[in-house]
Amino acid sequence: MASKTININLKIWRQKNVNSKGSMETYKLDNVSTDSSFLEMLDQLNEQLVNSRQEPIAFDHDCREGICGMCSLYINGEAHGPDRAVTTCQLHMRKFKDGETIYVEPWRAKAFPVIKDLVVDRSAFDRIQQAGGFVSVNTSGRTMDANAIPIGKAEADKAFEAATCIGCGACVASCKNASAMLFVSAKVSQLALLPQGQVEAQQRVLNMVKQMDEEGFGNCTNTGACAVECPKEISLENIARMNREYLKAMVAAD
Amino acid sequence: MSILDSKIPEGHISKKWTDYKDHLRLVAPNNRPKIDVIVVGTGLAGAAAAASLGEMGYNVKAFCFQDSPRRAHSIAAQGGINAAKNYQNDGDSIYRLFYDTIKGGDYRAREANVHRLAEVSGNIIDQCVAQGVPFAREYGGLLDNRSFGGTQVQRTFYAAGQTGQQLLLGAYSAISRQIGLGNVQMYNRHEMLDLVKVDGKARGIIARNLITGEIERHSAHAVILCTGGYGNVYFLSTNAMGSNVTAAWKAHKRGAYFANPCYVQIHPTCIPVHGTNQSKLTLMSESLRNSGRIWVPKKKEDAQAIREGKMKPTEIAEEDRDYYLERRYPAFGNLVPRDVASRAAKERCDAGFGIEANDTMEGVYLDFSAEIISKGKQTAYTAGNHNPSQEEILKLGKKWVEEKYGNLFQMYEKITDENPYETPMKIYPAVHYTMGGVWVDYNLQSTVPGCFVAGEANFSDHGANRLGASALMQGLADGYFVLPYTVSDYLAGDIRTGKISTDLPEFEEAENHVKDLISKFLTNNGSKTVDHFHKRLGHIMWNKVGMGRNVQGLTEAISEIAALREEFYKEVYVPGDANELNPELEKALRVADFMELGQLMARDALQRNESCGGHFREEYQDAEGETLRDDENFNFVGAWEYKGMDINQSELHKEVLNYEYIKIAARNYK
Repeated sequence: MASKTININLKIWRQKNVNSKGSMETYKLDNVSTDSSFLEMLDQLNEQLVNSRQEPIAFDHDCREGICGMCSLYINGEAHGPDRAVTTCQLHMRKFKDGETIYVEPWRAKAFPVIKDLVVDRSAFDRIQQAGGFVSVNTSGRTMDANAIPIGKAEADKAFEAATCIGCGACVASCKNASAMLFVSAKVSQLALLPQGQVEAQQRVLNMVKQMDEEGFGNCTNTGACAVECPKEISLENIARMNREYLKAMVAAD
Repeated sequence: MSILDSKIPEGHISKKWTDYKDHLRLVAPNNRPKIDVIVVGTGLAGAAAAASLGEMGYNVKAFCFQDSPRRAHSIAAQGGINAAKNYQNDGDSIYRLFYDTIKGGDYRAREANVHRLAEVSGNIIDQCVAQGVPFAREYGGLLDNRSFGGTQVQRTFYAAGQTGQQLLLGAYSAISRQIGLGNVQMYNRHEMLDLVKVDGKARGIIARNLITGEIERHSAHAVILCTGGYGNVYFLSTNAMGSNVTAAWKAHKRGAYFANPCYVQIHPTCIPVHGTNQSKLTLMSESLRNSGRIWVPKKKEDAQAIREGKMKPTEIAEEDRDYYLERRYPAFGNLVPRDVASRAAKERCDAGFGIEANDTMEGVYLDFSAEIISKGKQTAYTAGNHNPSQEEILKLGKKWVEEKYGNLFQMYEKITDENPYETPMKIYPAVHYTMGGVWVDYNLQSTVPGCFVAGEANFSDHGANRLGASALMQGLADGYFVLPYTVSDYLAGDIRTGKISTDLPEFEEAENHVKDLISKFLTNNGSKTVDHFHKRLGHIMWNKVGMGRNVQGLTEAISEIAALREEFYKEVYVPGDANELNPELEKALRVADFMELGQLMARDALQRNESCGGHFREEYQDAEGETLRDDENFNFVGAWEYKGMDINQSELHKEVLNYEYIKIAARNYK
């Protein structure tokens, strides 16, 4: 591969903790390999900062192969940066120009308070799952044989596509209302499409939506920004399906 | 040397687990809420165990260092999960899965554990489907299977290339339900930094709240470690950045023996290192070897020209390419097991034929051009075109490859900026999985009573080499179907114990120990970063305790790491404070443990005077470079007892492996 290096300027959000006021700080980083991932570039910057006795930048990351959902970052005004269908850890520096100034901010949403620098608290997502994102089955391994209920390939594939959501929060960060509808609808859809999940479908959608509202996420106004920025290309269809499920449940509840 | 008691039950292997379970002690439902259990790690094993124990009514506390239990590295597993369902009617059975796993592990795993794993494998699939895990299905609506290395049947269940993700999200949904019900208390962004023993039993942990930096005491009647493998000792691996050995190592330092640390799986098809600023390696699924041919140039000058960018791989004529796997292993060709393929790549690169222009010249080609032409022709013929043009063939062939491997090709292109449909992929082996781990008996209990260890963190099921699609199986088997029984049996002795106080002196001692270490790092007047030391450790490990090992290299590694460790404590600089989110401090605490583990791995590799599975000692190979196992002298699990900071004092204990149901044989892929 044609390996070359670029010099970049960075404007990065620094915030000591949840209670302090943050600000954008400027950094200069030279000799960044264009083969580096965005997070490897931040590793390099942190190495430089620590070597000059400055505090490194805190950011969330773990698997670095686009599946754990831990990495975030709002880069030049886009969740996970300028590339499509990738997480920040899969974004590479060849997408940037020599001499470019790159803006890096945390996810911004009321329900995702900043913990430090670029790290935010996404535990609201966990609480929504705890409210209903499951099938109520205890461990036994003996409910019934896995092949006892055939599931049409089309439904199974759709359920799988919804289930590929990595819970990173890019949908919330991209939405002008900070709505979590794409995230919540992906789980609601996955389970509503499968016979195993249909038994509790009504209660599930009511409980998850209630928790979502309590967490302070905004409403959906169908701008579709979430689906554009979603690294796993979760479809807006899921939101439509959740709205149907919710309506059905409301009617049945009355 | 003492004899380790593996507590394998009596009886025929196919009846052992059933009979044993029938006689284990139980804890009545009214007593369970009075009993506390700590589960550290929320991957497949941890989330499954915490959810199952919570459902039973125990008072469970679960810990993970990530921001949510759903992030654990089980999520990154691609290929699939094995289960002896025999849905394909191709002769699969519990016995065959048992046999394949023992043989795949090069006859270095414990028979009784592996048989139990095969027995419960089918229940895993039933359980996951009941949870709503969307496995791949056929048009008739039934579950689909594919085949994997080391087997002659189709027993691998999968969900596209994201099987680990789907299984983990299933377990995450189960644990989430228990958190919502109040049966499991979840501690996200917490790292276990010590195990607390009271009267010889594991009774709690010391954990650091990674946000506030607070050092917390948590007590319980049993502690279950499901904290994954230690591949990050090499710095570069396919593990997640946070994957670490600390919880397991602290248990080791408190008396849990550490078994077979030298057994490391190095996966042949990963994207090569691109430079010194790299932090992480990415796997390209083993399934690609079904369609790709692996080669390097026959002539050194061609390899050099490629590295210098003066030549392209597509310009090298067919007769100037060395398809070294096909040359050395005509019977299995490109589909030899992982350990064999990895060693062969290293041999070529060491000899100067590597094609990657990085510092180490480590890289070989995985070439799809022959498959594109062959499948293109086949597709054209199937469509009735018996005289396709070259252009048509290429177009159809690329389409075929895209349907089969599209997402992997896209991932490769994103990382390397090269189009693998037009030019061969560059690949090289990378550290992927660790078969070694904390020694456990049949109950998955370590040598510290009340400390259980499951999943990749223990050593128990894969011998010296793990077969593909078996890691997910083991994690869920341990968590869902083994621990709930064996931990209950242990806890039956604790129904009258009452709450364990965290004011006991043992908690104070452990907490002070942790605080001292943290303050030592933060007040150290060093000048080098943690990563600086971690990279140097990784360099020693990769070169001397990696794919090829020998007495000289291993001996050097032990003393080089000892020196590095001393320098680390003297020279490391850790910025920031103790009472805040401090990722550099987290790394320093982990690297400190990797230093000790690295030395032990070298010692273990040095004592094992044979080659088996992922452990290749260059002195023990035949004339053609194949492994020479020594069943007479090394048919044992090597379990190490910690004896203080000087790893040279650690004592080796041997658990001899008795093969009663499987006949030991040589592995041959020619």
